Amino acid sequence: MIQAILVFNNHGKPRLVRFYQRFPEEIQQQIVRETFHLVLKRDDNICNFLEGGSLIGGSDYKLIYRHYATLYFVFCVDSSESELGILDLIQVFVETLDKCFENVCELDLIFHMDKVHYILQEVVMGGMVLETNMNEIVAQIEAQNRLEKSEGGLSAAPARAVSAVKNINLPEMPRSINIGDLNIKVPNLSQLV
Amino acid sequence: MPAPIRLRELIRTIRTARTQAEEREMIQKECAAIRSSFREEDNTYRCRNVAKLLYMHMLGYPAHFGQLECLKLIASQKFTDKRIGYLGAMLLLDERQDVHLLMTNCIKNDLNHSTQYVQGLALCTLGCMGSSEMCRDLAGEVEKLLKTSNSYLRKKAALCAVHVIRKVPELMEMFLPATKNLLNEKNHGVLHTSVVLLTEMCERSPDMLAHFRKLVPQLVRILKNLIMSGYSPEHDVSGISDPFLQVRILRLLRILGRNDDDSSEAMNDILAQVATNTETSKNVGNAILYETVLTIMDIKSESGLRVLAINILGRFLLNNDKNIRYVALTSLLKTVQTDHNAVQRHRSTIVDCLKDLDVSIKRRAMELSFALVNGNNIRGMMKELLYFLDSCEPEFKADCASGIFLAAEKYAPSKRWHIDTIMRVLTTAGSYVRDDAVPNLIQLITNSVEMHAYTVQRLYKAILGDYSQQPLVQVAAWCIGEYGDLLISGQCEEEEPIQVTEDEVLDILESVLISNMSASVTRGYSLTAIMKLSTRFTCTVNRIKKVVSIYGSSIDVELQQRAVEYNALFKKYDHMRSALLERMPVMEKVTTNGPTEIVQTNGETEPAPLETKPPPSGPQPSSQANDLLDLLGGNDITPVIPTVPTSKPASAGGELLDLLGDINLTGAPTAAPAPASAPQISQPPFLLDGLSSQPLFNDITTGIPSITAYNKNGLKIEFTFERSNTNPSVTVITIQASNSTELDMTDFVFQAAVPKTFQLQLLSPSSSVVPAFNTGTITQVIKVLNPQKQQLRMRIKLTYNHKGSAMQDLAEVNNFPPQSWQ
Repeated sequence: MIQAILVFNNHGKPRLVRFYQRFPEEIQQQIVRETFHLVLKRDDNICNFLEGGSLIGGSDYKLIYRHYATLYFVFCVDSSESELGILDLIQVFVETLDKCFENVCELDLIFHMDKVHYILQEVVMGGMVLETNMNEIVAQIEAQNRLEKSEGGLSAAPARAVSAVKNINLPEMPRSINIGDLNIKVPNLSQLV
Repeated sequence: MPAPIRLRELIRTIRTARTQAEEREMIQKECAAIRSSFREEDNTYRCRNVAKLLYMHMLGYPAHFGQLECLKLIASQKFTDKRIGYLGAMLLLDERQDVHLLMTNCIKNDLNHSTQYVQGLALCTLGCMGSSEMCRDLAGEVEKLLKTSNSYLRKKAALCAVHVIRKVPELMEMFLPATKNLLNEKNHGVLHTSVVLLTEMCERSPDMLAHFRKLVPQLVRILKNLIMSGYSPEHDVSGISDPFLQVRILRLLRILGRNDDDSSEAMNDILAQVATNTETSKNVGNAILYETVLTIMDIKSESGLRVLAINILGRFLLNNDKNIRYVALTSLLKTVQTDHNAVQRHRSTIVDCLKDLDVSIKRRAMELSFALVNGNNIRGMMKELLYFLDSCEPEFKADCASGIFLAAEKYAPSKRWHIDTIMRVLTTAGSYVRDDAVPNLIQLITNSVEMHAYTVQRLYKAILGDYSQQPLVQVAAWCIGEYGDLLISGQCEEEEPIQVTEDEVLDILESVLISNMSASVTRGYSLTAIMKLSTRFTCTVNRIKKVVSIYGSSIDVELQQRAVEYNALFKKYDHMRSALLERMPVMEKVTTNGPTEIVQTNGETEPAPLETKPPPSGPQPSSQANDLLDLLGGNDITPVIPTVPTSKPASAGGELLDLLGDINLTGAPTAAPAPASAPQISQPPFLLDGLSSQPLFNDITTGIPSITAYNKNGLKIEFTFERSNTNPSVTVITIQASNSTELDMTDFVFQAAVPKTFQLQLLSPSSSVVPAFNTGTITQVIKVLNPQKQQLRMRIKLTYNHKGSAMQDLAEVNNFPPQSWQ
């Protein structure tokens, strides 16, 4: 079982923090910091397995990590997972991110933290590996994104509508329009602006 | 109220902060804005606010006020809201908050939603953080979804079921029918999660394990298809078809095949096939191979397959990739117990790994090296290990030193070599040696009598230059104290003797006493050593007297006490001094009790080994009890031999299991170790009630026939019985041992064990010699408590020395007369 998945950059700033076991907040942050220090010490030609720090659990747990450019991807697993398999899983996850974000870089992870979580949710669920087929994952993510978009997305449609109205140049608004018999009273739109 | 800023804006703003304080300020401002927005119950922007909150949570700021908002989002109809709401629930909530129970209804509804992605979200959340109550409520829904044909939902339901089973193991049976068709799926995602589900069920319940064994052929078939099928682009990872699924199936096969011959046989072929056909150039291939090797080692595979597996591991060791080497070392460590010889073949590679740069690999190699040391390779291995000790990181030194000591003890080819090795360890890693090693070493040195001169000379030279390494100094001080006369005599067979004067020796000991680097314990050793030298040295006694009297007013209480007592030795008890400070006798190795307290004695008391009183027959107490335990292991009988219900459970096992229980109910002083005498008060009241206030033989129920319990080789043991009227569950048995041969039986030890429902108490025997020609007997009293009035049965073990050889016998006594227990 995977106990935690952490992604942080070369300075220790967390980019993705996901725990599959309950820890109080301060402990979570402590774990992130401790893991960062452990991983930073490692040379690049050393094996990718670390016996974990003291906080994240007993002797059964290992840290398996990979270093991509400016980011460290760290999986904390117990003995029921194959170590080499997890290395491959990290690769699959990163490649999926690459497909979803088109040449993913750290900035993508920073600004789309929620999307990264959704992608991770399709790969690992409840600490166990759910799906490893990249195309399958990407297809599902895109379907869900489409669903979200049709509802207006996270930013919520009203924002766009408001800004659209703001940009309409309305130097003078007729207060009432008289066309023959029709008498239309134009509401005052200034409140919306 | 202006619209809350978007997540992107927030992130951008926070990134412009140049210091931690600035960042904190921005976040606090935003939190305040979010809080007021929540208060306004604004539906449109709630999702945005929660997203921002989650971002701030990731950076480490408190976000608990958003928990209820997540629930509101989950209840909303929009997919966007649900998505972020469930994410927030998973990140912010857990079963410790009561709030999470409110989710149950929402999840229930969403599990039956028309949109599969909503159902997926609900399954995901339940599978991540569902509490046991939630799982109990919703297990039915999950089970339903496990049978659906929608593969997206099916795989999620499988993992959710795993979580439910972990939380509420009793619900496992509920998922059993749904598992029937799981392996027939074509979709690899569902297959993968199904195998995970099956693995979990098999690990939790042996019944399930037996039930699922019949799936082995199907699993083998799936695995075969994966290997044989041609290139399939969707599951391909570096040329291998769905390695994750292969690894999972191999793991499940391992669990199913363990301890089961039929399943193991069914798997043999496919395992051999995987082992030989998998490509090893990439990590994926190695991952599969590794899993195969683990499976082969775990099931009952044939020997050819096992050799193949170990050879694969050997190849791994030579691989350039560090990860592979690490993994190989780990699995070799697991297999070294069972397939020792095969692993020995790779010893040289393993020893090379000691020189690797990688800390994890070094540690593994060290552990494996210690496991591989045996009588044949001890010299070579020790050289490598000592070299490793020199150069390794400090975190390893303690473990390495302990390991070296153990290995040296077991396999030392000669005493000289042993002592040399110890010296080497002490001088190179002296400060990392564990504290318990010091007494062990001292005992070892004492026992190698012919090496005393050599040892003390080397130790003296070692601390001459540098006395900062405490364990080294302690051992050296002790030895100089004991063998100082050898040191100054200038005789040494093993190496060039050095010329040392008495004053030089005292100089060094005194500097240890004064030095700031010496620990209090070390100073104690030193002072005692100086004192001992007063009988071994001739010209410097006055100097010693002076030193000792100075420390009579030391601030350190321990030193002060010692000094005062030694002073007294000089003054009032001078006639006893030489006798007390005599050379220590060779000590019995009492392995069970761990290090005996040798040196923390005051000058006057006897050397400690006599205190622990090893039983007269020689073998350690616990091994005697172990023998009995072995005998009785099969039946329901346990040797309940609580001579004392010790109030010190942590005390050394030897004392507890000392069957010659020194407790005398009448309270006569015994020579037993101190802890044994203390709990006389806390003895089981029922035994005392019947017997303590009245003399033993007052309430006798006369007329119980005595029996001959044992009669062999001239040794006869008779049992006579008494019952207590006041306490009818107690039977007092007096045994009499007589010897009809023409030679005495010495060191006679009688032990007994009874079934679990009884309690037994052995009192001290009258002596340990059974004289010949029936001229006398040994009597011993046994008290048996039989509350359930069951038939009395007993197993007895006798050990004694007769005609120059040690004899041992076991017997069962079944002929107890009914009056003795009814």
